[in-house]
Amino acid sequence: MSDSRPYTRWALRYAALGYLFMLLLLPIAVILVNTFEDGIGAVIEAITTPDALAALRLSLLTVIIAVPLNTVFGIACALLMVRGKIRGKSVINALLDVPFAVSPVVIGLALILVYGSGGWFGADLAAIGIQVIFSTPGIVMAVIFVSLPFVAREVIPVLEEIGDDQEKAAETLGASSWQTLRRITLPSIRWGVSYGVVLTTARALGEFGAVSIVSGRISGQTETLPLFVQKQFETFNSVGAYSAAVVLAVLALATLLAMNLLRRKEQSD
Amino acid sequence: MSQPADEMPAVAGRRPRTGFRLPGAGDSLQKGLVVTYLGLIVLMPLAAIVSKSFDDGLSGFWTAVSSPQAVAALELTVIASLIVVVINAVMGTMIAWVLVRDDFPGKAIVNSVIDLPFALPTIVASLTLLAVYGKDSPVGINIAFTQAAVVVALLFVTLPFVVRAVQPLLLTLDRDMESAAESLGAGRTRIFWKIVFPNLAPGIGTGVALAFARALGEFGSLILISGNVPYLTEVASVFIRGQIESDNLTAASAVSVVLLAISLLLLACVMLIQRWGLRHER
Repeated sequence: MSDSRPYTRWALRYAALGYLFMLLLLPIAVILVNTFEDGIGAVIEAITTPDALAALRLSLLTVIIAVPLNTVFGIACALLMVRGKIRGKSVINALLDVPFAVSPVVIGLALILVYGSGGWFGADLAAIGIQVIFSTPGIVMAVIFVSLPFVAREVIPVLEEIGDDQEKAAETLGASSWQTLRRITLPSIRWGVSYGVVLTTARALGEFGAVSIVSGRISGQTETLPLFVQKQFETFNSVGAYSAAVVLAVLALATLLAMNLLRRKEQSD
Repeated sequence: MSQPADEMPAVAGRRPRTGFRLPGAGDSLQKGLVVTYLGLIVLMPLAAIVSKSFDDGLSGFWTAVSSPQAVAALELTVIASLIVVVINAVMGTMIAWVLVRDDFPGKAIVNSVIDLPFALPTIVASLTLLAVYGKDSPVGINIAFTQAAVVVALLFVTLPFVVRAVQPLLLTLDRDMESAAESLGAGRTRIFWKIVFPNLAPGIGTGVALAFARALGEFGSLILISGNVPYLTEVASVFIRGQIESDNLTAASAVSVVLLAISLLLLACVMLIQRWGLRHER
């Protein structure tokens, strides 16, 4: 129906593209220009200060802990939801969506109430020398919370689509459940898992709200890269803020690229 | 077969077990682990918030939620989110339409850029929006520290929801129906409202509900560009942060519970819409 009236088609096309340009492309272009205004040397200098490197290290540490945990959980949860014969699936399903529906600030507050000094377990943990809030464990927990659903949400539809014929066949032929998992199930859900891992990583690297509440924001110690951006901006070091922001933006673009490649792989399979 | 004999005993006639299990774990053990993880990470913290919000009883909860600053923050959050989802419903459907039905050079790139707001850290979004729509705006639009800035930031972070929910529906929409209606003399507006829209409605509904839930709780993308001015541009999540920082955890929890309640209601809506969509398909 769009073939008959070119004007409507063009109007729609340019309205949509104009909106995307103003909302997405212009901001990205402007930040790139602003960042490299003083040359690439200033950028490199800004992202290799001890505080910036410490922030990068902490961000990577949270990714290294949170992503594998949530990946294993996501696959187990998806298998349980699709293949398991259990009751209460709708409850698990609802809980799984909570991290998407809850404000990051609320997640941070919740962690303070459980693990903070006046919280449920704060005093007990402090007695055995573990500080969660205003320290690395709290940051890692916040990141695990916000990035929890991605792998499960990507794998569940894939498992539903492939069905369990091959798994059943393998079992009939005498394969153990471990062999079936390793040789049949995991290979057939690999693109879904990869997709989920990419999304989990991106969210873990970029999480700001929940982490900012529990971190205490001590430069060089409890500052992740997104918190570093804010701190630099608020202390009027715009080169530092823009440079770190561009590092994060490049990682985000890499995420998009990875998602595209995975989608193409999946389709060619 | 490359399997060593001891790893895969070919016992003829062995009854296959029913159902699929993780290695060494029955359904119940696997369920136990999954539920424990979810309970520890999701449920327990939420329970802590609900319990804390009633620390000073029901009247304490009400005092915290009905304080003028809390009401102003909640009001701004809900109204801004409503404006944002209406714009999203229109623009998101339009973008999905252009991406599916139109053809132009660079379409694949535009299609993959749609997900950028999901991939870009929110603080970076805030910084970039401030660079374009702040006082040094290269396009001459300065909306920093106004309510318009709140709306723009929310539009940015919620952009993909409606587009991505409508796109698959448009792809599977049978064009023959539209041609049939056209050949029977139906006008374009009529075709859209009678044929296209009813088919896309479940997607628009899902996208709108998800975008609304996201907008209600949004924090990072607002923090630099909104200025966080109480009674003017302070949204609920920023108000909660203020209460946490002034060590008023009970008030922070009370407002969080209100936000949680609205979000969970929306999630329930999404489930209903999806069920309705499924029933429609049959």
